[in-house]
Amino acid sequence: MENQIKKSILISKGTSRLKRLVNFTIESSLFLVTSVSLVAVIFIVLFIARDALPFFKLRGISEFFTSIRWYPTGSPAEFGTLAIIFGSMMVTFLSTVMAVPVAIFSAVSLSDILPFSVRQVVKPIIEIIAAIPSVAYGFFALVIFAPLLQQSGGHLLGIVVWMVGLPVSLLFSYMIGGGLAGKVFKAPSKVTRTLIFLILEGLIVFGLYRLYSVLGKVTISSGTNALNVSVILAVMALPTIVSVSEDSLQAVGRDLREGSYALGATRAETLVKVVIPAARSGIVAAVILGVMRAIGETMVVWMASGNAAQIPEPWYNVFQPIRTLTATIAGDMGEADHVTGSARFHVLFAMALFLLVISFLSNLASEWFVMRSKKKWGV
Amino acid sequence: MKNLFVLMISLVLMFSVTLVNAEEKIVIDGSTTVGPIAKAFAEYYMGINKDVNITVSESGSGNGAKSLLNGTCQIADMSRFMKDKEFKAAVEKGIMPVAHVVALDGLPIIVHPSNPISSLTVEQVRNIYLGKITNWKEVGGPDRKIVMISRDTNSGTYETFEGLVMNKGKIAEGCEYVGSNGAVRSRVQSTPNAIGYAGLGFVDKTVKALSVNGIYPTRKTVSTGKYPIARPLFMFTNGYPKMGSHIYQFVTIHLTKQGQEMVERIGFVPVTAY
Repeated sequence: MENQIKKSILISKGTSRLKRLVNFTIESSLFLVTSVSLVAVIFIVLFIARDALPFFKLRGISEFFTSIRWYPTGSPAEFGTLAIIFGSMMVTFLSTVMAVPVAIFSAVSLSDILPFSVRQVVKPIIEIIAAIPSVAYGFFALVIFAPLLQQSGGHLLGIVVWMVGLPVSLLFSYMIGGGLAGKVFKAPSKVTRTLIFLILEGLIVFGLYRLYSVLGKVTISSGTNALNVSVILAVMALPTIVSVSEDSLQAVGRDLREGSYALGATRAETLVKVVIPAARSGIVAAVILGVMRAIGETMVVWMASGNAAQIPEPWYNVFQPIRTLTATIAGDMGEADHVTGSARFHVLFAMALFLLVISFLSNLASEWFVMRSKKKWGV
Repeated sequence: MKNLFVLMISLVLMFSVTLVNAEEKIVIDGSTTVGPIAKAFAEYYMGINKDVNITVSESGSGNGAKSLLNGTCQIADMSRFMKDKEFKAAVEKGIMPVAHVVALDGLPIIVHPSNPISSLTVEQVRNIYLGKITNWKEVGGPDRKIVMISRDTNSGTYETFEGLVMNKGKIAEGCEYVGSNGAVRSRVQSTPNAIGYAGLGFVDKTVKALSVNGIYPTRKTVSTGKYPIARPLFMFTNGYPKMGSHIYQFVTIHLTKQGQEMVERIGFVPVTAY
């Protein structure tokens, strides 16, 4: 970019004063347009920080990060945000865990496995999911999904266990079984291979069945809980991750793929060892975008998380209601006037600042990851 | 000829703009509970007075008070009385809030229709929300965990509940908060273990209202003050409105027969029904 020749932006060569003036005007207005978003970001940070800092002045820092007692209207009021931060982290983590494997698998199959005609139909449909307004998701979560979880949550979880567990276990026992047979017997026959595979698969299926019967007995007392929200957020994050990572897989190009085939690699080897590593930075960017969607989503969590400011008991219990930062900011803003209740008003900005810092840090982390992988792999 | 036509059109436009400006505008803001009453009154009042334009927003009691203070509304709907701080801030700004009680509202405690419990005391309700009672069997019901549902801390309904039931006690951490009376009802009707509270107007056959201290929430028990969890609903104006003005007529609609019928139709209790 440095040795780009300085050229006039106008099509015809300009030497007259008027043309130079026009040229200057166009360039500077383009510069202004570009800086609008930058200026907006700077102002957002400044104004949020300006309203957040008084909270820490009024109440100190330790209560905000260490107390789990959130009673903004109580007398005396308490502003412990730890449980709310935990709630945000919990749903974000859970939805990422659910969305990322599904999204990456579907991106890979869309770009490299399914026929092109299928991709042309399926991808736009997946992208439509992103266009559904979040309040519609929230309504679905509150009115349909929550009662469903309450009535037959255990069975639902059991079915999910089978749906996920069976294919994964087949793949697992085929690969591990093959490796195991090779280690125990020097030249394993087809029969021993099959036998080992069957034993392994049988064990896993038995384990899955036990898990299924345990889960079947689980009763979920309240359907608006961390699990509900995480599932919905995962669905909402899917289209972003699928679409962006599919684009980056497509961008890898024919030459790399054909080069790999020419070296004798199979289709699977090409995918796992060439295409996915080459598209890695794009996939990471996609995942970060998806995570951001989950962290920042407000309407769904406000409607369907239960909004109970607590750390579940035990902490990994996803069947209990939780509260997130975004839902708290949205829900408490109306009554929190800076004239009448100052700490209560400023604490919301402190939360917003915290969210901003988190998203800034994760963006930075993804940038760093992309840079590092460029250095290491050259792509 | 063409110019004349343009001139005429612009004249007509200017005239209509002045007409709109001549209309008196009344802006109403505040509680989502009182909002439906204000809307019904506004529709009725605009029907008989064509020269008045009334807009009703529902942004919560606190925001209503805020708007009255800032002069962005003439009438503030509130489901609670003004707080000391709000009142003081208003007086300092030269605004004298005057309360008009337009209707009464009971806060029925609601449970799922399958719940065999039919009566609780205020003390029991308080202990449930304090987290001291966590299972329905402790109050004579089935052996099931209680799921508490509350309005969000932003709402006047919550503040009424906090004042009349909780008595300075803090609601337990496991309580779920939802954003509207309708959402409370939809959560309770779909959750067999739930307990919640909502305005009298939101109780229908899909949920079961409990007797509190032996008194079932009805229009009569609320208006006579026997039902313990009841509250007046307010409209606040800046000073008492000038007799005969549109605002005066508006905040006295609830005293007329039509006003009472409207209040009753929306599900609240008219102040005049003794």
